[in-house]
Amino acid sequence: MSLSATKFVHPITTPPSTRSSDKPLFSTFFGSNHTKLRFNKPIVAAQRRSSSAASTSSPVVAVSDVVKEKKLKSASNLLITKEEGLVLYEDMILGRFFEDMCAQMYYRGKMFGFVHLYNGQEAVSTGFIKFLKKEDYVVSTYRDHVHALSKGVPAREVMSELFGKATGCCRGQGGSMHMFSKQFNLLGGFAFIGEGIPVATGAAFSSKYRREVLKEPGADEVTLAFFGDGTCNNGQFYECLNMAALWKLPIVFVVENNLWAIGMSHLRATSDPQIWKKGPAFGMPGIHVDGMDVLKVREVAKEAIERARRGEGPTLVECETYRFRGHSLADPDELRDPAEKAHYAGRDPITALKKYLFDNKLASEQELKAIDKKIEELLDDAVEFADESPLPPRSQLLENVFADPKGFGIGPDGKYRCEDPKFTQGTAHV
Amino acid sequence: MATLFQGVGAVTPFSASSSLDSNKLLLPSRKSLSISDSRGSIFVYRSDALNLKAATRKQDLLIPNAVATKGETSTSAKSGHELLLFEALREGLEEEMERDPRVCVMGEDVGHYGGSYKVTKGLAEKYGDLRVLDTPIAENSFTGMGIGAAMTGLRPIVEGMNMGFLLLAFNQISNNCGMLHYTSGGQFTIPIVIRGPGGVGRQLGAEHSQRLESYFQSIPGIQMVACSTPYNAKGLMKAAIRSENPVILFEHVLLYNLKERIPDEEYVLSLEEAEMVRPGEHVTILTYSRMRYHVMQAAKTLVNKGYDPEVIDIRSLKPFDLYTIGCSVKKTHRVLIVEECMRTGGIGASLTAAITENFHDYLDAPIVCLSSQDVPTPYAGTLEEWTVVQPAQIVSAVEQLCQ
Repeated sequence: MSLSATKFVHPITTPPSTRSSDKPLFSTFFGSNHTKLRFNKPIVAAQRRSSSAASTSSPVVAVSDVVKEKKLKSASNLLITKEEGLVLYEDMILGRFFEDMCAQMYYRGKMFGFVHLYNGQEAVSTGFIKFLKKEDYVVSTYRDHVHALSKGVPAREVMSELFGKATGCCRGQGGSMHMFSKQFNLLGGFAFIGEGIPVATGAAFSSKYRREVLKEPGADEVTLAFFGDGTCNNGQFYECLNMAALWKLPIVFVVENNLWAIGMSHLRATSDPQIWKKGPAFGMPGIHVDGMDVLKVREVAKEAIERARRGEGPTLVECETYRFRGHSLADPDELRDPAEKAHYAGRDPITALKKYLFDNKLASEQELKAIDKKIEELLDDAVEFADESPLPPRSQLLENVFADPKGFGIGPDGKYRCEDPKFTQGTAHV
Repeated sequence: MATLFQGVGAVTPFSASSSLDSNKLLLPSRKSLSISDSRGSIFVYRSDALNLKAATRKQDLLIPNAVATKGETSTSAKSGHELLLFEALREGLEEEMERDPRVCVMGEDVGHYGGSYKVTKGLAEKYGDLRVLDTPIAENSFTGMGIGAAMTGLRPIVEGMNMGFLLLAFNQISNNCGMLHYTSGGQFTIPIVIRGPGGVGRQLGAEHSQRLESYFQSIPGIQMVACSTPYNAKGLMKAAIRSENPVILFEHVLLYNLKERIPDEEYVLSLEEAEMVRPGEHVTILTYSRMRYHVMQAAKTLVNKGYDPEVIDIRSLKPFDLYTIGCSVKKTHRVLIVEECMRTGGIGASLTAAITENFHDYLDAPIVCLSSQDVPTPYAGTLEEWTVVQPAQIVSAVEQLCQ
């Protein structure tokens, strides 16, 4: 154990509280302190005054500049309107209920393999993706169901894909870890961590290319790359931070730091666990935000995305979040301390948003319950649809290996193998 | 490179003093060939309908035309222009960049430096720094970036400064390049071209002398081609760029200075077809890339000794053109594979398996595969020479095969 590790205590000693945005988790781990981001200097975590219940000021990060607090919205002093609030709530509920349904279906034997659930992290997905246009790109990891749903992929298609049916968004060929949607510009779904970050960088490059080389008007698509704390020790992450900052690509790197990479604690794996600090090392702002609070995430997301859209370059956003379930459905989750889990359960983003909506009279109990019911029905329909969908037939086996099936080559009879009638049946020898 | 074969109307070594009048393709003068064939059969370099009629030997099957321009040779008399292989690659690249503004290049030193083998020289000045992108040294990430760009509408060409460097990009090539079209259910295409020089050079040391075709061949979803002449280099480059599939184009470090006359007209070759280099009767020699030249040099000797080898440049390393190969096997019944790949798990190994599977009944003898030794290429010139297949070995292999 290195010396610095002793500073970080396992388990947590701070008592759980409902909205403990002011209590840092570990002595030097700065929970939710943020403010209006200042992008002139490539930095940091700062303070933000939450407009709801008074929060005590948290210890300021002894990092660099003091950032001024700014008043947020002039008129109402609220962060969101009622419509926005309901949209956020519905999206998070969709994510939560969907993942719970996945777990149910998995244990009933409807889906197999590795399924990684997103419970607890909904604020990050909702907070960011709900700011995007349909043309913007999202790149995710294996924990991608909720990113797909937030981006707009219908629950039916995601559920079908999980069941391995032909009506899935990837025709059943991708599965849980490979969700793709051309229609909604979801570029995956990657099983190896870090693998999607270069792809995201490529999508951002594409966007810049269209704007500057092809001179397409309005080509300002932003790419969001979601990945976890474990990925932040991977070479691809750093290589892409460099390239994105170098060429000022319109990308936002969103780190979903849930503190655990399967059973490896972030603190045991990382020499400097403050990931947001790594942004300035490459010349981009690094922001740290409370990922359990969708409104705070939203504020940060808005600025980062707009910055990218204006062509000012990438941003690194570290969201402190937590997954309530194990790494995957195969993970017994015995390693994490129950006190830690309880602490974060108390910071459930959905509960927090509900409280905000009630406290600020933006929504009533009935309205939220109506949304809950609507989502439940949507999911029942999705499961039914997936159940009744057909399994992929044999003929589908070879169809998508090549975009141009001439790539299977020329057979001994002189014809292209894809012209062989057995090819369409999926029984050809290729 | 004294080992280059002087042929008719085809590859001309840069030191050639004889001017071959390609009008005389049908009946080349013996002087220019410097081969005496006691049986009087005509030695032709390219198979096409015209030449076959003039040839004195009987053919069971018409050898399929493996080049795009049917009925024509790769050069015609006064038209065409002479250039070196790397210039041919550049020409193909430039034509495609001109044709489609979405075609872009990314790699180390491709822009301002013009490419370490000058394949992209002048392109950055013409098309700008974004279209010919100088990347930092991060193969895995810029290959992944190329894949992401391909998924979102561009047609990138990723250059590995040396093919061996692409080992660092193996993650992206295997997991994303080959697979994403499939795992996305066909939603995203990846029309990327990954190219670069590989192969054993002149004492470049082990790590710069790698042959990656054997490592990449199992990846489903990609196509691999190897160019060997300026003519097929340009044609394959264009075909690869136009293809919707991800294509890996293998070039060879020692072949960049080959000179040939290529047509002025635009032409695109087929990515899946093999090239008939020299029709023959006695034995089928399958080869690709630089070994083609070792084979042709050995062919000179063999013809002198009275053998009639049929030489096919397979060009398409994945998938194999089993038709051209099959027709040849059915004719000669003997196969010799000459490759620069390593013995274990190389292209030759796969080719042997494919031929045995499909044409076992037509074989009179076991397939002989000459590959490089399973040795990290040594620096010392003598040792390096012995790791790679030399013409003398090819000659003795054919002699043994034809007993």
